Amino acid sequence: MKIESDPNFLDDRQLARIRWRCRRGLLENDLILARFLDAKGATLTEEQVAMLDTLLALTDNELWDLIAGRCEPEASVRPLVDELRIA
Amino acid sequence: MAKSFPVMHFDAVIVGAGGAGMRASLQLAEAGLSVAVLSKVFPTRSHTVAAQGGIGASLGNMSEDSWLWHMYDTIKGSDWLGDQDAIEYMCKTAADVVYELEHFGMPFDRNDDGTLYQRPFGGHSANFGQKPVQRACAVADRTGHALLHTLYQRNVRARTQFLVEWMALDLIRDADGDVVGVTALEMETGEAMILHAKATILATGGAGRIFAASTNAFINTGDGLGMVARAGLPLEDMEMWQFHPTGVAGAGILITEAVRGEGGILLNANGERFMERYAPNLKDLASRDVVSRSMDQEIKEGRGCGPHKDYVLLKLDHLGPDVIIKRLPSIREISIKFANADPIKEPIPVVPTIHYMMGGIPTNVHGQVVAPKDGDPNSVVPGLFAVGECACVSVHGANRLGTNSLLDLIVFGRATGNFIVSENLKAAPHKPLPGDAAEASRARLARIDNATSGESVSAVADTLRKTLQAHCGVFRNQGLLSEGGPRAARDAHLDQRSQQDVQHRARRGARAR
Ligand SMILES: Cc1cc2nc3c(=O)[nH]c(=O)nc-3n(C[C@H](O)[C@H](O)[C@H](O)COP(=O)(O)OP(=O)(O)OC[C@H]3O[C@@H](n4cnc5c(N)ncnc54)[C@H](O)[C@@H]3O)c2cc1C
Repeated sequence: MKIESDPNFLDDRQLARIRWRCRRGLLENDLILARFLDAKGATLTEEQVAMLDTLLALTDNELWDLIAGRCEPEASVRPLVDELRIA
Repeated sequence: MAKSFPVMHFDAVIVGAGGAGMRASLQLAEAGLSVAVLSKVFPTRSHTVAAQGGIGASLGNMSEDSWLWHMYDTIKGSDWLGDQDAIEYMCKTAADVVYELEHFGMPFDRNDDGTLYQRPFGGHSANFGQKPVQRACAVADRTGHALLHTLYQRNVRARTQFLVEWMALDLIRDADGDVVGVTALEMETGEAMILHAKATILATGGAGRIFAASTNAFINTGDGLGMVARAGLPLEDMEMWQFHPTGVAGAGILITEAVRGEGGILLNANGERFMERYAPNLKDLASRDVVSRSMDQEIKEGRGCGPHKDYVLLKLDHLGPDVIIKRLPSIREISIKFANADPIKEPIPVVPTIHYMMGGIPTNVHGQVVAPKDGDPNSVVPGLFAVGECACVSVHGANRLGTNSLLDLIVFGRATGNFIVSENLKAAPHKPLPGDAAEASRARLARIDNATSGESVSAVADTLRKTLQAHCGVFRNQGLLSEGGPRAARDAHLDQRSQQDVQHRARRGARAR
């Protein structure tokens, strides 16, 4: 089956993959990422997905340090970190 | 879908890449066995990463200590229900396994003289309960993180093969009941495989997420327990769960005991410091189970706070902003983010929260899974092993001592590895796979793939979590449990599923005979 989709938004499969990568070792990250995806998952842009991928490759503690504001992100992922901080 | 799955062969297959799985795999890979470690998430994202407190070992670096005193604390902590032989082995081996980790490069905190620093921890005592002793070896507040990274790197060096984002589905048992591998799904592609093994080790961690209020990450769903139950093997001590008294209400995140150590106090809806009534001496610093029970009692008797009267308050503001900002900064962050309360100004809503599973897959000290058979209560299931939180060697009895879980992972992960190495598996052939090795998994996947109606998994899981929370909470009684059991079975659609499994097993049994 061919899925017609708006190229700007993710298809279900991409979203499912991101959702799974948002399963983390620290509950703190799980909760924030789940809130973020529930609110914004359906409307993520390619740019945001790229930033999210970069952040999800971090270790759990690095990610939580960024979300909790204990350290500052690189400029390239800043917009997404800002969103996670208020999620 | 094909009738069977493609097959991969290994000497050993380990399901789970937390501290337990990676400690076992390291032992095997270094001995030259071919080892595959499956993990549904990237290895260093396993829940072990959350452990902060440390690893208990009676090194005696701060003051005199002895493995016998550690053993006493562990047995006492277990409510005298732990297996004393297994506890003796664990406490005696603790120093060796910690020094081994040090030599692997784990960056432990140190004293000025270069020895490993050890911090104080609730329940750790010298001379059989006489006075506190510092026994917890730690890497700042990131001990689990450091442990995982150290073990992962060593495993890469030893050429352990990691199968990342692979979901194990079912154990494969042959006509003799021996375990000869697992079926698994590569999550990215959806392809299912048979992993054929001479030894299969379950290291899938805890199941804290089967409760509504849990300190555990979302991935802790107890998959290994399900695999074992579906294979027709029993579990042990599943009623024994440790509650942490101070999880953030509605979120679960753990607020460390250190907060009460610094002077934080618990209040009910009347603003009363109720722990003074339940534990006049230790008050808010009484042991985890005492504080949890007292909180639950307050809530049950209608003195809980909030619109649903379902939590109590942890008050810190009297400590002053300086102490909070300087000594408890991470607690403040958590409270603001997850409870919407700045503890400098307002108290944190907390509830007793599921934290650790003492029970699990029954094993002996070699990690061999045991089950009753022909009158022997501890008959070994050939080919199957379990280590870590999913296993029940029974070193924790009814209540785990703080820092003994990480110790359990590395002591028994290593012991299991050593035992398997001693079995000389490399030379032995694989036991053949049964003809229907993939059948149970295939049928289940096909059913899910083809289902056009039915409830969503997350809705079913939510109901199950609520039932467990309501019926298997801090206090249990016959009435609650008798009502909750059938309800949980219905929630999980166990009736329907076990019907299928029974039929499947009957079919297989008939063929074997
Ligand atoms: C907040 C918190 C703090 C803690 N602090 C301490 C402490 O200070 N000291 C201490 O001793 N203990 C502590 N504990 C307890 C301890 O961290 C855990 O008991 C321990 O880390 C469990 O390790 P494990 O290796 O058994 O499992 P985990 O680390 O949970 O790993 C399980 C592995 O199994 C994999 N897996 C699961 N199911 C599947 C499947 N179906 N297919 C493929 N892979 C699968 C996962 O991907 C993961 O790799 C703490 C626990 C919590 C929640």
